[in-house]
Amino acid sequence: MLDVSSLTGDMSDHADDHELRILQGNTGQEGEHHHDEHGEEEPVDTTVREHALDLATVREKLRDKSGKQYWRTLEELAGNPHFDELLHREFPRHASEWDDAVDRRGFLKLMGASLALAGMAGCGMPDEKNIVPYVKQPDGMVLGRPRFYATAMPFVGDAIGVLVESHEGRPTKLEGNPDHPSSMGASSAIVQASILNLYDPDRSQTTRFAGEIQTWSSFLEAAQGLAAAAKSQNGAGFRILSGTIVSPTLGSQIKKLLTLFPEAKWHQWEPASGDGSREGAKLAFGRYVNTVLVPGKANVILSLDSDFLASAPGHIAYAKQFSRRRKLDSPSDTMSRLYVAEPTPTVTGSSADHRLPVRASDIELLARALAGKVGAGPAATLPAETEKWLSTVAQELQNERGASLVVAGEQQPAAVHALAHAINAALGNVGTTLYYTDPVETEPESNLESLRQLCADMGAGKVETLVILGGNPAYNAPHDFDFLEKLKKVHSSVHLSPYFDETSAYCNWHIPESHFLETWSDARAYDGTASIIQPLISPLYYTKSAHDVIAAFSDKPGVAPYDLVRGYWTDAMGHSEAAVEAGWKKWLNDGVIPNTKFPAITMTSKWSASSLPAFQAALAGQIEFIFRPDPAVYDGRFANNGWLQELPKPLTKITWDNAALVSPKYAEKMELEHKVMARGGEHGQVRSRVLDIELNSSKVTAASWTLPGQQEDTIVLPLGYGRTRAGYTGTDKGFNAYVVRTSNALWVATNGKVTSTDEGYSLACTQYHFNMEGRQLLSSASLAEYKKNPGFAHEGVEAPPKDDSLYQEFSYPGYAWGMAIDLNKCNGCSACVVACQSENNIPVVGKDQVMRGREMHWIRVDRYYAHAESKTNDPSTYNPSLDNPETFFQPVPCMQCENAPCEQVCPVGATVHSAEGLNDMVYNRCIGTRYCSNNCPYKVRRFNFLRFQDWETPQLKLMRNPEVTVRSRGVMEKCTYCVQRINNVRIDAEKQNRPIRDGEIVTACESACPSEAIVFGNANDPNSRVAKLKAQQRNYSILSELNARPRTTYLAAVRNTNTDLVKE
Amino acid sequence: MAQIFHRSANYLARFSLLGAAVFAGVALTAVLVVARSPYITNQNVTRDQPIQFSHKHHAGDDGIDCRYCHTAVETSAYAGIPPTKTCMNCHSVLFNNVGYLEPVRESYRTDQSIHWVKVHRLADYVYFNHSIHINKGIGCSSCHGAVNQMPLMFQASPLNMQWCLDCHRNPEKNLRPKDQVFNMDWRAPANQDEIGHRLAVENKIRTTAELTSCSTCHR
Amino acid sequence: MSAPEIPLNSHPLYNPEPEPVLEPGHTYASVTDKISSIVLTRPLGIGWLAGFTLAFSIVMMLFACLAWLITKGVGIWGINIPIGWGFAIVNFVWWIGIGHAGTLISAILYLLNQKWRTSINRFAEAMTLFAVACAGLFPLIHTGRPWMAYYMFPYPSTMGIWPQFRSPLIWDVFAVSTYGTVSLLFWYVGLLPDLATLRDRAKQKWQQYIFGMLSMGWRGSAHHWHRYQSAYLLLAGLATPLVLSVHTVVSFDFSVAIVPGWHTTIFPPYFVAGAIYSGFAMVLTLCIPLRKAYKLEGFITMRHLDTMAKVMLATGEIVAYGYFIEFFMAYYSGNKFDVFLAEQRLHGPYSHFYFALIFCNILTPQLLWFKSVRRNVPLLFVMSLIINTGMWLERFVIVVISLTRDFMPSAWGRYSATFWDYGTFVGTLGLFTMLIFLFVRGLPAIAISEMRELVHQESHGKEGHV
Repeated sequence: MLDVSSLTGDMSDHADDHELRILQGNTGQEGEHHHDEHGEEEPVDTTVREHALDLATVREKLRDKSGKQYWRTLEELAGNPHFDELLHREFPRHASEWDDAVDRRGFLKLMGASLALAGMAGCGMPDEKNIVPYVKQPDGMVLGRPRFYATAMPFVGDAIGVLVESHEGRPTKLEGNPDHPSSMGASSAIVQASILNLYDPDRSQTTRFAGEIQTWSSFLEAAQGLAAAAKSQNGAGFRILSGTIVSPTLGSQIKKLLTLFPEAKWHQWEPASGDGSREGAKLAFGRYVNTVLVPGKANVILSLDSDFLASAPGHIAYAKQFSRRRKLDSPSDTMSRLYVAEPTPTVTGSSADHRLPVRASDIELLARALAGKVGAGPAATLPAETEKWLSTVAQELQNERGASLVVAGEQQPAAVHALAHAINAALGNVGTTLYYTDPVETEPESNLESLRQLCADMGAGKVETLVILGGNPAYNAPHDFDFLEKLKKVHSSVHLSPYFDETSAYCNWHIPESHFLETWSDARAYDGTASIIQPLISPLYYTKSAHDVIAAFSDKPGVAPYDLVRGYWTDAMGHSEAAVEAGWKKWLNDGVIPNTKFPAITMTSKWSASSLPAFQAALAGQIEFIFRPDPAVYDGRFANNGWLQELPKPLTKITWDNAALVSPKYAEKMELEHKVMARGGEHGQVRSRVLDIELNSSKVTAASWTLPGQQEDTIVLPLGYGRTRAGYTGTDKGFNAYVVRTSNALWVATNGKVTSTDEGYSLACTQYHFNMEGRQLLSSASLAEYKKNPGFAHEGVEAPPKDDSLYQEFSYPGYAWGMAIDLNKCNGCSACVVACQSENNIPVVGKDQVMRGREMHWIRVDRYYAHAESKTNDPSTYNPSLDNPETFFQPVPCMQCENAPCEQVCPVGATVHSAEGLNDMVYNRCIGTRYCSNNCPYKVRRFNFLRFQDWETPQLKLMRNPEVTVRSRGVMEKCTYCVQRINNVRIDAEKQNRPIRDGEIVTACESACPSEAIVFGNANDPNSRVAKLKAQQRNYSILSELNARPRTTYLAAVRNTNTDLVKE
Repeated sequence: MAQIFHRSANYLARFSLLGAAVFAGVALTAVLVVARSPYITNQNVTRDQPIQFSHKHHAGDDGIDCRYCHTAVETSAYAGIPPTKTCMNCHSVLFNNVGYLEPVRESYRTDQSIHWVKVHRLADYVYFNHSIHINKGIGCSSCHGAVNQMPLMFQASPLNMQWCLDCHRNPEKNLRPKDQVFNMDWRAPANQDEIGHRLAVENKIRTTAELTSCSTCHR
Repeated sequence: MSAPEIPLNSHPLYNPEPEPVLEPGHTYASVTDKISSIVLTRPLGIGWLAGFTLAFSIVMMLFACLAWLITKGVGIWGINIPIGWGFAIVNFVWWIGIGHAGTLISAILYLLNQKWRTSINRFAEAMTLFAVACAGLFPLIHTGRPWMAYYMFPYPSTMGIWPQFRSPLIWDVFAVSTYGTVSLLFWYVGLLPDLATLRDRAKQKWQQYIFGMLSMGWRGSAHHWHRYQSAYLLLAGLATPLVLSVHTVVSFDFSVAIVPGWHTTIFPPYFVAGAIYSGFAMVLTLCIPLRKAYKLEGFITMRHLDTMAKVMLATGEIVAYGYFIEFFMAYYSGNKFDVFLAEQRLHGPYSHFYFALIFCNILTPQLLWFKSVRRNVPLLFVMSLIINTGMWLERFVIVVISLTRDFMPSAWGRYSATFWDYGTFVGTLGLFTMLIFLFVRGLPAIAISEMRELVHQESHGKEGHV
């Protein structure tokens, strides 16, 4: 259906803007409220308006200033009352005014023209026509050769070791650190995207007091003042609020500070990781312990609503171990079996051999029943079909005593975790498939209670000084705590945060936080292994780390983080400076400190399941709302990260928004239809019903989305969206689920009221069509079938003979690059997508463009529901096969076809076959006829319909990979197996006069993949990993009947199904 | 009715037909010629530098090896422009007070880089790698000309794609023994063809198909 | 004056009775007066001015659209991945198709010695040129980087590489440009004697000059006429194969690709037939108002309309056959992709386009079986419009629907045109109309010399019969 809706012709869809406002629900009110508040804080002196600053003046003052000088000038400016008004006028409030990536230019020109650029001038951007050599070149630096440094990214109770690729001092790419336990060489979408946060132009750049620019020195004075005041009353009224802290140094700093202020308190709040595991351990063992899983050793795993493959500390390592147990070289191989019981589909659930949709609240019942069956507690009765499922599972777990594993989910209550501990103990798994260590975090405590107490104190006016280290409580605290109101009662508040966010706006002091690539620190991984975090670049702006802030209040203000870290480890190493000195270089080089891994401790249960109170099952048909961190932006801290915003979420394939996820049955009941819009269609724009959700005496308006496989009565409210001060990219996207989240129903809420409005909301969904229309795209079988018929992937497809082409065969005397993707291992986590984006300078296009079907990802992850006989292909028209479909993921990069359809139709030869079998894409030759894309059966080509690439923002220029051309408007682009990496390795190999070794070239997607699903190499060499995989019978190529003969082939997925559970 | 055209108009008409054809031809040729001329390629154009650095003096008369300054040429894509430090190695003692070297000393004092003007500029989408050419036996002078004869640096070759391909399509013309790579005065001997082919085998020069794959230079 | 040597009455199609191709009673003088007066003496009518102004303003809008296109990029259109080609290519093929009738009429019918072509060939050719001009615009502007389009031409570049000759788009470049050039020459050569006539009859000096220049010293000597005849015959011979080749090559753009709905061997004949079909429809659309406005019923008689209607009927049936074969082959070959697409055409999101197409191109023309319909001028006019629309829809169905449902269901999408798509399309319609307006007032819309030949032959013909 043609429509002329965009008569204005501009790129933003006004209808959507409208609904976007609707979607804000009462966060919008918060926003306004805040504006009044701000007005009170800083009355604008109208009498001197005519002297008000404008950017021109500022630029005048800042001209020719760079680095330090620049900031000195800024200090003078800071005195000017109009300067912060200017700042506010120029930056933060502009943020929400643009909703379209393509229009970002204007905004960034403004930014670049003023502060950002002047700040950047410190880093010296050479004029393109000039060569600006070093005055004194650093030792060991070879111009043009990237160097790799090991460091670690701290993330909610874990630290992920990374190797940072650095070009002439600019970090450009993160890779996993093979020597680091929680990375094992792999990474995740969030890790890959974190480099973008470093260069985010919206980062807060200066210290502020009451919104006015201040200098760090003035904060130091203020902090000392506050410290003195606190000291006078023994620290009473002094509070610190932080997230989960895994940095030993920071931990000890805070503890030291607390010894100075005996009555001061330290609170912790992580909105998206539950207290269940902590409290569960405490319940079971009477103390906090850290549970480390070893899924690699488990033959049978039962996940009780745990997404251990894609979230929670250690998930990368877990995914690696797990996938190695899913490796099938021949039909004789064995494979572990995964059972998952969960309310809503997750990455883990999708790779399960058997998945059971269960209410979040019924998981505990399941756990109790299981405990009963394995003799870890009293029996419990289950509904019939669940009973059958669970008894089969229980049976199998017992058969595999010592080699089985039961994992409880992060969002599950303490009881479930305690039960899991009991069950694992009863199954003799402790010590083999999991073990216990001392807590990794410095000070484990119930976050919820901790925050509750803080708010109580604040309300009671007991809090004089509040120091918030990171985090954004004003946005993500349970709304019944009324954090904001109480914050106003605090005399002086300090907020350390990378952005001037919702919380910063209400704190007296705002300290811009350094990125982990900008500062010295340290962090412990999920198993206790410690790493030194070293800075890869000096702070781009006037930012500080938590170490600096805590130090500012200590008796030694202004100590450099480096000295603090060195100091801590000197103490830790038995106060021997020599020991540290000896190890230091190696620690930095390896990215881990040897022998810091926590030893396993044996725990004895101080608790019996029988002590649990009687279980109240939820009433049948009662709607249950559950809160989950968003797979992309997590708890909202990555809301301003364009790569993550544009990353299609593994299961929904929605970008740029969150949506209230409902089950197909519920959708049918409420008539929540999806409408595929003409603009963009299945590959872009789907319009869904807007829901009014009243919950916990609050209200939010959210777009609905029907998710096959979701438990019938469950509605998922993903956290992390609806930010009002996230920055340009993240502000006013999606809806804010925190608004309806209260302390008594942190993860599961009932008694909500859902009314379906007649409004629609357009979601940017990159893959709506979920069934394969009987085509040979993704072939799968059960392990039994595979053993019976190893070549099942080739059934029913007649691949034409190799020579069935008019064009002559290519010959490959040298290398023939190829890729094999094991669908048995891929769990859809999408780390590869972001890794590729980072490696290949792929632009972000914005929601409007994604809705037009123009996203630029070179590798996409297709999601299919096998055996879903849906004619309409619309999940919102009910069909039983969607209640719990078998879900499969298929990463699709360019296939590098042997008989490439694209090559034959390009009029100018911009895409040509290379001598090593790649389909080279020559951007500078392309004139943009798009014929190649039309003729590409796999639709892996991406086109720069507009000028998507950002050429202005200086920060982003620093981030780009110098090895890859930055594509301009009007040219086609696509995956070329990271040809820049191939070339560099080949050149080195040739210089050393040797062939390239297998595994020496690693593509970005391959190196990022936590489950080792992607393997790249030389298909000509029969001993290469890729050649071996391609030799397997499971190996097949998509749409082989077309005789395009792709170089990228797939290994069919095999599910280790339990015959007892296969229903006829 | 009066004649509006003189008889000669007929000849004019015929001539104009011819003229049009000729003009078209000339115009096209002109375009093709200009595209290859220094006007476009910047070949042989010397540029003003902050310091009138003479390669002739340093590389030619003093016989300083290229690699003394261009240290990365054998290991990296970029040959590398020397840091001020390298200049000062000598010029802290030699000519350490002559006026025209003041910019060098100033740079060293103030820690501000010298802004040299680029002479050899390839398009951003061309990924040239010095080290592999050096290692395969392509001499500096093959592309940069007799630098040791240049008081002021200029671009000796057109540096357009045609020129690159000429060599990538048959490298034998320019291959030289590895010990001759940095010899500015090397000239192709009479039996270059035969030598070139021998070196191509010895140095494992990749096939023309490989050398002319687009991704060899563009990515 | 010399005429082709075939005895007219022996020709099967030659049938002066019951009605002539030229209203009886015309003399050399009357013919010349009537036609040349339109150019020379007739004052600018209000109708012409109004029409021209409208067309001109639409052309201005076209320029606005193009300016915006160059500033922002093709992203202002509705195209996306997977639908990489939208209105631009649809319009291109449509216009090229329209451009067929002219040369067909003037060249092929000339060789077949169809007398009735005489009075319509001149502006049919003009129409061809203008249509090709509009068509030629699209392949250029639809590229992402139009300023780089010269990469498509084989010239010795400093890059040392050539275009990729396996690509149908390159074949297009040659096919279309050759066709354009030959049509232009053919048209201009045909104009020479008339330009001379105008030169001689022009009153104002400037007119004399201009027409004098253009007529390149034509004096109408027997010598000139002899050269003229052979040159015209030669060009006709040259143009004839091109009529068939152009659209065959255009159809290769699709049939060479592997996209279901494109990859089929029926395309060349069915595209050519379709082209002639739409071409004649457009000729009717133009000449019916023209003959009315300038009282040319005498020259463009019912006989012409009737014959053109018959041609449309014939080509229409061929096109219908093409549609049928597409379906037949889909099921006969059993290719699951083609079958799926065939069903999509009937049931998919764009089915209404397909049914509209069937109505316009297959059902409507069936009326032409009836003489009464063929003779009903207003009805004929309406039908010609319907068929033009239908042929545009056909191209839309082929280009867009095929791309929305190709091989990878995960990548399926939809297409919806934006304001700029429509703007550009309407803009070219404006450009076309404007050129036609200029043409009818600036040059003899009917070949005077050939009409005079006709006068001559008509009279002889009658004598021959007596």
